[in-house]
Amino acid sequence: MEFLRYLAGNQDLLLERTLEHVYLVGTAVGLAVLVGVPVGIVLTRRERYRGPVIGVVNVIQTIPSLALFGFLIPLPVLGGIGASTAITALFGYSLLPVIRNTYEGIRGVDPAVVEAGRAMGMTDRQLLRRVELPLALGVILGGIRLATVIGIGIATIAAAIGAGGLGEFIFQGLSMVNNTVILAGAVPAALLALAADWGLSRLESRFSRWREGSRGAGAPGGGPGGGG
Amino acid sequence: MQERGHTEGGSEPVVEFRDVSLSFGDTSVLRGLDFRLTEAETLALVGRSGSGKSTVLRLVNRLLEPDGGQVRVSGRPTTEWDPIELRRRTGYVLQGIGLFPHLTVRENAGLVPGLEDWDGERARRRVDELLEVVGLPPAEYADRYPRELSGGQQQRVGVARALAADPPLLLCDEPFGALDPITRRELQGEFRELSRRLEKSLLFVTHDVNEALLMGDRIGLLEEGDLAFLGAPEAFRESEHPLVRAFLGDGAGIRGGS
Repeated sequence: MEFLRYLAGNQDLLLERTLEHVYLVGTAVGLAVLVGVPVGIVLTRRERYRGPVIGVVNVIQTIPSLALFGFLIPLPVLGGIGASTAITALFGYSLLPVIRNTYEGIRGVDPAVVEAGRAMGMTDRQLLRRVELPLALGVILGGIRLATVIGIGIATIAAAIGAGGLGEFIFQGLSMVNNTVILAGAVPAALLALAADWGLSRLESRFSRWREGSRGAGAPGGGPGGGG
Repeated sequence: MQERGHTEGGSEPVVEFRDVSLSFGDTSVLRGLDFRLTEAETLALVGRSGSGKSTVLRLVNRLLEPDGGQVRVSGRPTTEWDPIELRRRTGYVLQGIGLFPHLTVRENAGLVPGLEDWDGERARRRVDELLEVVGLPPAEYADRYPRELSGGQQQRVGVARALAADPPLLLCDEPFGALDPITRRELQGEFRELSRRLEKSLLFVTHDVNEALLMGDRIGLLEEGDLAFLGAPEAFRESEHPLVRAFLGDGAGIRGGS
């Protein structure tokens, strides 16, 4: 009750910090998609870069977030106190799921379908645009969803370096030893993550429905009208 | 785009293998393979799995290149063809059908005309015509997705797709292998009629000797990367070659040959 009353009394602040939070995660994941999807595509074409690239983004993933924020603060442009450090860090964490899912998604396309495209005389670019990317889209969206959900959680810590967002409530509550204020940050952050998860998974399943049926194409009795 | 060799009296073979050899790593797949496919002819290649049948097809449309010898299409070595151009004038009907699951029947069948930048109306008419030909009335089937079709219907779309840009040459890799026996018979008969009527040159690969006898003007028996037999179906039936006899199911051990 007290929690709801607190929220009601701080509506404007809540809205502002929620928007900041969305901005931090949205920008970071958006940039990670712009960079990660092309990188993932290149890795399917140049296998020898896969080990090193996945290795590097894997390592980024293992750095504890608070430490990563700390490392970034002294850097020019990318770092400093405020949103840019948080976005840089969140971007780094988002790369792994985006790159890996792009790679796996394209790799997972039925080889018979890829072979057919090539045999029809598709150029590599046409194969990618018309066959591989559409069929991999569900998996790629899965990576974006994962990056977003993880990002929303990590972004709460960004308040420690003055980046704003819902984490402000949490750190404020921690210093005041006031659970109500902590919850005012934690609950909306969790709800935000759930909402993003739900929305993106709907999008994902919409673009994954080709997956069933792409295999076992020879199974008889599939459709009405019989064998013709 | 050049036309096929009508003008020279059809003397130029559509496909010619000259002493072709190919290895994957240490495994030799083809060894000095020689044969010709003449215009409007169907050559059916039989062999067991691993005899290099599919490899032969993949050499024709330059998905593979030979280690030794030459594969010539319309008188030109495949290595001198632009692979994209070569593939667009070579229809391919595949084993696993390989329809694009995210595209409708119409989009699948119209793929190559689309790649070739035909104008929309012409491509549409062509696809409608072809769907009719393969027994899938466009009004009913054009907007469906492959997974909404039976295996036989899917393969009909595969055939329409291969024919769409009117290629002079068709490559067929066990196209009916995944179908039930009744649908298979039906499609074999129709497909043979169709390819003869359209005067296509066909290179047809199968492990089913009955299918080869039904489809082929000539039969080639592929074993250990070379042709153990090449000739008319009648000659094939009467051949004393132990491997041919084995394939015809005379009870002789399959292992006897080569």
